[in-house]
Amino acid sequence: MRRDAWWLQPLIVFVILGGFVVYATWAAFQNAHYAYGPYLSPFYSPEIFGDPRTAWFGGKPSWWPGLLPFSPALIILPFPGLFRFTCYYYRGAYYKAFWADPPNCAVGEPRSSYIGERSFPLIMQNIHRYFMYVAVLFLFFLAHDVWKALWFEDVPGVKHFGIGVGTIVLAVNVVLLSCYTLGCHSMRHVVGGFLDQLSRHPVRKKAYDCSSCLNRWHMKWAWMSLIGVAFSDLYVRMCSMGVWHDWRLL
Amino acid sequence: MSSPMPTAGAKGQDAFTAAQAAQDASAKHATRSFKIWRGEAGKGDFVEYKQDVVEGMVVLDAVHEIAATQANDLAVRWNCKAGKCGSCSAEINGMPKLMCMTRLSDLDADKPVTIEPMRAFPHMRDLVTDVSWNFEVKKKIQKFTPRPPDAPDGTWRMQQTDVDRVQEFRKCIECFLCQDVCHVLRDHHKHEEFIGPRFLVYAAALEMHPLDTADRVPELRKEHGIGLCNITKCCTKVCPEHITITDNAIIPLKERVVDEFFDPIGKLVKIYSRRKKANG
Repeated sequence: MRRDAWWLQPLIVFVILGGFVVYATWAAFQNAHYAYGPYLSPFYSPEIFGDPRTAWFGGKPSWWPGLLPFSPALIILPFPGLFRFTCYYYRGAYYKAFWADPPNCAVGEPRSSYIGERSFPLIMQNIHRYFMYVAVLFLFFLAHDVWKALWFEDVPGVKHFGIGVGTIVLAVNVVLLSCYTLGCHSMRHVVGGFLDQLSRHPVRKKAYDCSSCLNRWHMKWAWMSLIGVAFSDLYVRMCSMGVWHDWRLL
Repeated sequence: MSSPMPTAGAKGQDAFTAAQAAQDASAKHATRSFKIWRGEAGKGDFVEYKQDVVEGMVVLDAVHEIAATQANDLAVRWNCKAGKCGSCSAEINGMPKLMCMTRLSDLDADKPVTIEPMRAFPHMRDLVTDVSWNFEVKKKIQKFTPRPPDAPDGTWRMQQTDVDRVQEFRKCIECFLCQDVCHVLRDHHKHEEFIGPRFLVYAAALEMHPLDTADRVPELRKEHGIGLCNITKCCTKVCPEHITITDNAIIPLKERVVDEFFDPIGKLVKIYSRRKKANG
């Protein structure tokens, strides 16, 4: 039996990941304080339905189920949520932390049956790459949000260039999410990993090398981007609620 | 008649022995406690030994000292004492490790060092397990199947960059620590359905080789049970050769299984590209 503090790592994963899920779910159901000036919370971006003045297709859609409270984030969050849920790194981490399968390396398990990812429901983890494609699309929307966060409207109808702390928060968020998404194992595979003779495909080789480089830090990007995206939402929310003041740097 | 002259080798050895004796004299000595699993065919218990140890010793050194002075019948498998033969795999303080590469100074001095045989394989005696299952598994994996030679003299041409990826897998010393720590084998005993991380690395080395033409992907999914791996990365953690088993071997193979069985759009794109290439 291991004598070191083997329980510490799964406990940390449980607390941080569990805390994120609780916060993200709470924030998604708020349907308020998700925008402040030119800033839009990443949980609500792109705003497909929502505020009729800013959303692509206006307010609450007619087909929205009556029993479910409406929030623009509920249309958005399932996609990045499922991308993380099916991520190879997170799978290993939450199997340990939430399902004790195993609790940690060389630590006995509480149950004897095991099906792995060979049968339903965990066989569905194999569609990770489809969520990765959607996650890449989201990077463009979030990068566009950073562009919009550079244009402030202090006088109604007049926009001018500026940089606030919020702009930097949203920009750092996109960088962290890009490092996480572009270094994903599925990305590494589809850009070139599936080939045995990469030298015959120089562009794919370069893309594979770049993705592999990011992939070496995949765990760190996973955690930093998770904290980054939650903090971006919190920042916009706190500014919108008047709790925090957004400092204008330029 | 000339007197016998010492050879250069003997002279060197004397100097080495003298230097070692001086080093031993100046090294810190201590008495450490060891709990070693003693028994046969899975039955047995820990037996505690007190042993004088010297600074710089590894666990295998201590086991040898115990075998020499206190337990002459202690069964332990070892060979190179350099972390290259993969013979002295055991569980030290509950973690699969090579005894010859685990320094005593890295282990808690206040508590006894526990040394057990690997749990994923049938126990034989004391610290020795029967690892022959691994060699049977290896036979089931499709052999290297190179394409026809590139040159008339029967040789092949390949780029170093293409071989670099599989080079890492060839560092494996077959210590089977990765098999031992894998909970699919260790706790769930799926030896009939799952080949384990060692042989997924072996399959990856063949499957990703630039000259190889065999398709192992259907077997990996069915007979070799790659879907049973739930990516805990424990195999990577214990590998004494620091092979990135999960990220560089298992996950790329899982992705190839996805290509073949779970990605209809990707498959259609590939069929279309192949046809386009063939026609044009």
